[in-house]
Amino acid sequence: MLSKTSLGMIAAGLMGAALLGAPAFAEGSGHDQMKPTRLSWSFAGFFGHYDQAQLQRGFKVFREVCANCHAAEKLAFRNLAEPGGPEFSEAQVKALAAQYKVKDGPNDAGDMFERPARPSDTWPSPFANDNAARAANGGGLPPDMSVLAKARSYKRGFPWFVLDALPGIQYQEHGADYIAALLQAYKDEPPHGVKLDAGQYWNDIMPGNRIAMPKPISDGQVDYTDGTPATLENYSKDVSAFLMWLAEPKLDQRKKTGFRVLVFMAILTGLLYATKKRVWANTPH
Amino acid sequence: MATTSTADPTRRDMLYIATGAASAVAIGAVAWPFISQMNPDASTLALSSTELDISAIPEGQIVTIKWRGKPVFVRHRTKKEIKEAEDVPLAQLPDPQTDQARVKKPEWLVVVGVCTHLGCIPLGHQGPFDGWFCPCHGSAYDTSGRIRQGPAPRNLEVPDYAFLTDTKIKIG
Amino acid sequence: MSGPSTYVPKSAIGRWFESRLPVMGLVHSSFVAYPTPKNLNYWWTFGAILSFMLVAQIVTGVVLAMHYTPHTTMAFNSVEHIMRDVNWGWMLRYLHANGASMFFLAVYIHIARGLYYGSYKAPREILWILGVIIFLLMMATAFMGYVLPWGQMSFWGATVITNLFSAIPLVGDAITTWLWGGYSVDNPTLNRFFSLHYLLPFMIAAVVGLHVWALHVVGQNNPAGVDIKDVEKDSVPFTPHATLKDATGIAAFVILYAWFVFFIPNFLGDSDNYIMANPLQTPPHIVPEWYFLPFYAILRAIPSKLGGVIFMFGAIVMLVLLPWLDTSKVRSAVYRPVYKILFWVFIACVIGLGYLGSQPPEGGAVLAARILTAYYFAHFLVILPLLGLFETPRPVPASIAESVLKGDTTELGKA
Repeated sequence: MLSKTSLGMIAAGLMGAALLGAPAFAEGSGHDQMKPTRLSWSFAGFFGHYDQAQLQRGFKVFREVCANCHAAEKLAFRNLAEPGGPEFSEAQVKALAAQYKVKDGPNDAGDMFERPARPSDTWPSPFANDNAARAANGGGLPPDMSVLAKARSYKRGFPWFVLDALPGIQYQEHGADYIAALLQAYKDEPPHGVKLDAGQYWNDIMPGNRIAMPKPISDGQVDYTDGTPATLENYSKDVSAFLMWLAEPKLDQRKKTGFRVLVFMAILTGLLYATKKRVWANTPH
Repeated sequence: MATTSTADPTRRDMLYIATGAASAVAIGAVAWPFISQMNPDASTLALSSTELDISAIPEGQIVTIKWRGKPVFVRHRTKKEIKEAEDVPLAQLPDPQTDQARVKKPEWLVVVGVCTHLGCIPLGHQGPFDGWFCPCHGSAYDTSGRIRQGPAPRNLEVPDYAFLTDTKIKIG
Repeated sequence: MSGPSTYVPKSAIGRWFESRLPVMGLVHSSFVAYPTPKNLNYWWTFGAILSFMLVAQIVTGVVLAMHYTPHTTMAFNSVEHIMRDVNWGWMLRYLHANGASMFFLAVYIHIARGLYYGSYKAPREILWILGVIIFLLMMATAFMGYVLPWGQMSFWGATVITNLFSAIPLVGDAITTWLWGGYSVDNPTLNRFFSLHYLLPFMIAAVVGLHVWALHVVGQNNPAGVDIKDVEKDSVPFTPHATLKDATGIAAFVILYAWFVFFIPNFLGDSDNYIMANPLQTPPHIVPEWYFLPFYAILRAIPSKLGGVIFMFGAIVMLVLLPWLDTSKVRSAVYRPVYKILFWVFIACVIGLGYLGSQPPEGGAVLAARILTAYYFAHFLVILPLLGLFETPRPVPASIAESVLKGDTTELGKA
């Protein structure tokens, strides 16, 4: 049995661990900044897994809208057919890859040449290099999207960030919520009395509220073929889910493995504890 | 606390066995990812094919290309070389295989350029059989890439390949 | 507890081998027959948990090094390659990254247990100081490991921490340049950090060997704080008693570890570290990993560059001097009614410093950090020396067996 002191020690230890574990988030200069709404995602929670239809829709938005300016260097075409992702068929991925040109070479004459992409190739970047991307985007560099959903977050503050670590109510989807909220947080006009510089746009979610990316997507811009309403809200959610997969493609496998590990370790701990009790049974301690 | 001293010995043994077995399972399950990580990763497995335009290879010449990090010899054989390869009696071969079984079109021989002895790269158009000769330990191959003499145990390996068109092959 | 082993192998081959290299006898005397105080509670399993974590970190680290590339242009991508393409790579990397946090969580509990039960007092001073050396090596290893993924926090953390050395008068800048191998944190820095990050864990393992050796010479402290007097009455053999208890502790700890790895793997990380290092742009709010936060708060609390560095390292020096700063003859806080309270106040102070270390240094946070820093040092330099002179301890039991019979240990949590 654990006594009061021990319980106190455990409580303090946990509190300490939790407190010390404070992930610090970048606080923007705009103090009236809005927090993203916490959405419900299929990939959240103990048994979370990606929703293939959502990832396929999100990929469509990514391909038709985001990919015009943003690179995704770590995305290989073959990934789109892998389990736990959008799970397009091998044939679909081959056909998709063939629509893109990638640079290869040098050939026997020493020249670089272009050929249709193969599944093993990575997603072609829209610009030749960062400077070309800046030049084409008014000086701003559209960030690579490969791990963007893990590179974006927002501050939850005490005590929420402690609770976010606890089993059952854990929260790890800050990045997806942030991106989904940001896409819907554009305002046509900045608040009264605020002047924006050229090439700046007002966004309620962006830290500091000034964003160099013009409003990228609006209702009806991308055709959905599965009956999902083509609204900005759905686009935002679907592309955020896709970006989460892009940043964490092994999430399905991770959660499945994790559940087995936890169950197994609970049993093993119980067995070891019972064995230990048996061995110590004749020893007063 | 000292009340379980008379516990049934069978039940106690069962507990020990179960705990020991569960610990063994845990160690085995943990070992697997650490072993598996050394196998080829997903990006390596995806890079399994190479294409080659063979229209520019003149008769009698051997072209070497890289496939899965290894050299592959593509040899445009002459009539004489084909005849030499086809005429050898199987009984004379350490690793008997007909020439027909090793080519898709007689003019074109495609083999992995790694000596089956200890992995060196044999030299083309050399050795007593005018095929390949391995400078490391003296294995000699014929114009079908078959081992004829020396310590190598097997013929040069024929990779998976296909003629996409008359002038284009895909290896892998 | 030490001395020649009485172990005699059963087989003839065993005896032949043993007479030439008595390694089995060493293992037997250290980990089988070794007398363990019978009143140890679960806080004592953290030694075994730490050994487990050290091995886990070394094994996952060796494997990750097979896939990692220490070059500024490729490091970030090679980590993503591990996460995406290497078989089980995502798990190995999350095990290693969260393993560092688990290692520190366990070491802080281990240190706190030592503080509570007076494990640093004679004759365990060397044992304690070896522990502090391990702690320092762990911090150096963890710091350099955090640089390897070459994200924004890696780069700017490395820049800030290496700049600490520039506070040293006269030679500071020369030392910093030497550490960098250039004019800023760059490829040479990354390469040497990788090399040292691989080396230091083996040095830790060596010092752990000394730590265990010293432990087996002086014997384990225990909740009663009195030494083993009668091996029959006061102790149990290490195997199976302590072995099984340690195994239970490790298994329970692995549940916590697995929770982090599989369900909240990025909770303790910083989202900025998923942005590749950019030497031209500092993130708006730089914070070290959580386990450095109390020391980081002390660094920032002192309004002088050199002073901050001195106090930060001074915080560790306090631990080294602790065996001589605590003047009480009684080891265990169980029999020290005032120290028992002040121990918890000290823990709260360190946690408070940790929280302040994570906050931007503005307004009230700065003042609070200064007060807590002052208290941290006062605890060691004022409170502990005086408390030993003025505190009236409760009667200490004559032996471990007596403390068990009196039921003293119920207070310490027995299970």
